[in-house]
Amino acid sequence: MDKIEITLAVNDLAYTRAIEPRLSLADFLRQELDLTGTHLGCEHGVCGACTVLVDGRSVRGCLMLAVQADGRNVQTVEGLAKDAQSLNPLQRALMEHHGLQCGFCTPGILMTLMEYLQATPDPTEADIRRALSGNICRCTGYDGIVKAALQAARELQHSPAGCS
Amino acid sequence: MLGSFENAKLLAGGQSLMPMLNMRYVLVDHLIDLNDVKELSDIELSPDLLTVGAMTRQRALLDHDGVLSRAPIFSEALSYVGHIQTRNRGTIGGSLAHMDPAAELLCLAALHDATFVIEGPAGIRDVPISEYMLGYMTPNLAPDELLTTIRFKLPRSNHGSSFQEFSQRHGDFALIGVGAILERGDTGEITHARLAMIGAGTGAVRLEEAEKILVGERPSSDLFNAASETVNRLDFMSDALTGEAYRQKLARVLTRRALEQSAERLKGSGA
Repeated sequence: MDKIEITLAVNDLAYTRAIEPRLSLADFLRQELDLTGTHLGCEHGVCGACTVLVDGRSVRGCLMLAVQADGRNVQTVEGLAKDAQSLNPLQRALMEHHGLQCGFCTPGILMTLMEYLQATPDPTEADIRRALSGNICRCTGYDGIVKAALQAARELQHSPAGCS
Repeated sequence: MLGSFENAKLLAGGQSLMPMLNMRYVLVDHLIDLNDVKELSDIELSPDLLTVGAMTRQRALLDHDGVLSRAPIFSEALSYVGHIQTRNRGTIGGSLAHMDPAAELLCLAALHDATFVIEGPAGIRDVPISEYMLGYMTPNLAPDELLTTIRFKLPRSNHGSSFQEFSQRHGDFALIGVGAILERGDTGEITHARLAMIGAGTGAVRLEEAEKILVGERPSSDLFNAASETVNRLDFMSDALTGEAYRQKLARVLTRRALEQSAERLKGSGA
């Protein structure tokens, strides 16, 4: 199969690659760009581990072809903090509230909540649970994640610049 | 283009076809991506018609202010479609062309007497919802045709509506979903009733017997009970998720709740 050349921005860096048209966006990020923070669980759109933002909207990285991201702006978990000392408020809150154990689902949950908290600055607990319905976590029982999201929402409200 | 390739398929939002490709349920030689076809993603609201391009994202319709105030049942039902991430990509036409029997969009189409605009090598044809659903996951679409637009007929602006659904987990396929739309005359009697159900069989089912019971009567719990009892005479499917009897019970309860909430909202709307 002929390769197709795409140019896209990932975490504000521009990349150009010639790729197989059948390659998923999630596999592209991991295999072509070595951004292995985006995880692949079920590979059919159920688990949410591969969630990334495309032009600010959360999508399943396994259900989008990389060629469809041509010209788009993609954000992955690697873009949330430049090092361990400067975690963003949501990452810090997840750590403080035991919002992760094995960490496999965490990148997807972070990206889902980044979009959601930006659109919904003052969510209720029920709102958060609904927003997370597309992300499966098998360790935490979700309570820590929900608490962390509520705390992060409060912090982000006071420092809107922190959520970008 | 579609007709000139062997074994080609159209790719809309990819929230059903992509999983099927990933699992190798579907093997295609050519995939025609519609995602950059801007002409197919318009939302147009006229006084009595909502016209939606097939590539409109579910999220775009769900968030549309005009639709939200004119026909709030669209947002209410769409919020049950999958999850945020799938609604951001998933399209109105993609879901209706895939035609899962539990698709909330089929319920909206049945409730609003939708017309499907279908384009192919022979030209454009308008297909009413009654002729669109041919069978289980089988829309009235030839392999070389494209669903371009869906037109929904809107109720009067003073109406009450409700969408009720039960699934095992939020975002899962509906075991049963029921949508209701009620309009009322000056003296309080119901002048127009629409009920449609998903998850029961091969597509959306209009509850016409219940609609007949409702029209001309004043809203009451006895009336709504009688209307919801009519589902006892319908057929329900059994599958891996649950059996026929449980689906029937859900249909009864959800129909009653949808009617009660529609009537409540009708009161609130000052009609």
